[in-house]
Amino acid sequence: MKEQFLAFVRKEWFHIWRDKKTLFILFGLPVVQIIIFGFALTNEIKNARIAVVDRSRDALSQQYIQRIEASRYFDIESMLGSANEADAEFRKGKIKLVVVIPENFGSDIRHQNKTQVQVIADVSDPNTGTTLGTYIQAITADFQSDINQGQKLPYTIQPEVRMLYNPQLKGAYNFVPGVMAMVLMLICTLMTSIAIVKEKETGTMEVLLVSPLKPVLVILAKSTPYLLLSAVNIVSILLLSVFVLGLPIAGNLALLIGLSLLFTITSLSFGMLISSITASQQTAMLISLMGLFLPTLMLSGFMFPIENMPLPLKVMSNLVPAKWYFFIVKAVMIKGVGMAIIWKETLILTVMTIVFLALSIRKYNIRLANH
Amino acid sequence: MKNPEKHYEYAITADALSKHFGDFTAVDRITFNVRRGEIFGFLGANGAGKTTAMRMLCGLSKPSSGEATVAGYDVAAQPEDIKRNIGYMSQKFSLYEDLTVTENIRFFAGIYGLSDAAIREKSASLLRHLQLEAEKNKLVQSLPLGWKQKLAFSIAIIHEPKIVFLDEPTGGVDPLTRREFWEMIYTSARQGTTIFVTTHYMDEAEYCHRVSIMVDGRIAALDTPAALKKHFGAASMNEVFLQLARQATRQAD
Repeated sequence: MKEQFLAFVRKEWFHIWRDKKTLFILFGLPVVQIIIFGFALTNEIKNARIAVVDRSRDALSQQYIQRIEASRYFDIESMLGSANEADAEFRKGKIKLVVVIPENFGSDIRHQNKTQVQVIADVSDPNTGTTLGTYIQAITADFQSDINQGQKLPYTIQPEVRMLYNPQLKGAYNFVPGVMAMVLMLICTLMTSIAIVKEKETGTMEVLLVSPLKPVLVILAKSTPYLLLSAVNIVSILLLSVFVLGLPIAGNLALLIGLSLLFTITSLSFGMLISSITASQQTAMLISLMGLFLPTLMLSGFMFPIENMPLPLKVMSNLVPAKWYFFIVKAVMIKGVGMAIIWKETLILTVMTIVFLALSIRKYNIRLANH
Repeated sequence: MKNPEKHYEYAITADALSKHFGDFTAVDRITFNVRRGEIFGFLGANGAGKTTAMRMLCGLSKPSSGEATVAGYDVAAQPEDIKRNIGYMSQKFSLYEDLTVTENIRFFAGIYGLSDAAIREKSASLLRHLQLEAEKNKLVQSLPLGWKQKLAFSIAIIHEPKIVFLDEPTGGVDPLTRREFWEMIYTSARQGTTIFVTTHYMDEAEYCHRVSIMVDGRIAALDTPAALKKHFGAASMNEVFLQLARQATRQAD
């Protein structure tokens, strides 16, 4: 059994090794993408979820909060007792921004003509984070000019914006996890499905099916080299981001790599599913690109904020495995959280993997019975 | 792990073997026996059902009804045992074009569980027989078609199977190479291997010990080429085949 497996993996490696162009793309792609995606896009954000800490609780602070609430940019998710509570909400990814209104907000304004508000933004996604910070500043300035009407000595509300998780506003904080998701999907799903379908097309699959090799062994042996290639790419992307982009890994490295391997297996099993329902390499490639690459790009939250999407797209985004992986990588790599926060996303990926595998095995058995 | 050597009279038996796809009956109650060491020609027009029948015998497809045994094992219940005892070469190429000759030999010998020592010995004698020693490190895609097919056949029998299934093995090859190919088949049959072969070439049908001709999913005729020609009053197998094929009502696929 072991010898058969090794013979198969060796043969698979020859296929990959002989195809130098593809090999070059597989290893060059992550590097190129990391560099290209440094220039990310800016987008307007609607209905971002935020929290407010109101330590003043006077008439003016109420007015101010209502002003924020009234804007279409923000939904106030929760009112918190202290800024410390906000930290937990940030880590869970529930809120993007916190506005902290200091004690004596109203009386400071009346007696000293000036006061401050503190704005803490999650800028692990720098586009969203900074845009939201700017919106708050604009709303505050607007509010200030309203209450200044008829005043001789103008009131000033000074917003003090603090960036969380990504103080230097590095775009890398957002696109490194995105590139990881894309590269792993590309290698595992696209390459695996093409490799398996190629055997069908050339007729060698028949020979393999007639051999004593168990189908499970064929599939495992075919995906093993891609699993190894992916592991190499995970490491090279992480090395690039730490040493070239200067992006530290805040969380547990072993957890990050472990969950990346889980996502790799999800992608591999999706590739197997595609290969079990297609008969030509072109079809496999089309399905991989349409069914996977585009959704990964569009709906994972990597390029375009999911908060902004219409409801049907929001719902659809839940079906994209990369969305969950993207969240996990951001959470572990940038916010440094542990399993307690990301168990739900991990569970979803695991369930997806099991479903893909079950479907492809079922598909295989139907094929045996009906052909 | 290995089952004790099974004793069986016929290499292949089929008893009312059928395969339905929905309403369509691809193979309709075919019954025949193939003796050990026999070269059995399995003929039929495109769409007559021969590929489906062959897939069932190889354990690639489950019969809808009827029974069949290969090397003494039941096709429905023991496909894994069958797979260990058969070799297979399909009409499309059974070799990896982007692997060298040696790598192909090693791979196929490897998946049949041959030991490293056996693989070395086998591949050396195989290369010698085929006079491919000079080409052993060349990619298969650089070899002429005829050589590829001879290599594919040699690899299909590298694990010394009891029965070899050849699905139109000589498609697209010149007559001389086909002749050489059939000499290899004869050698292999003399050593006790049963050969089950489908072909489009009627001159090749003459080389078989016995021939069956499928029409519309049924076996329309089964005998030695000489007896068939006599029965149909024909001068060649080609005439026999045409007489039978004209009865077909089913369209080729």
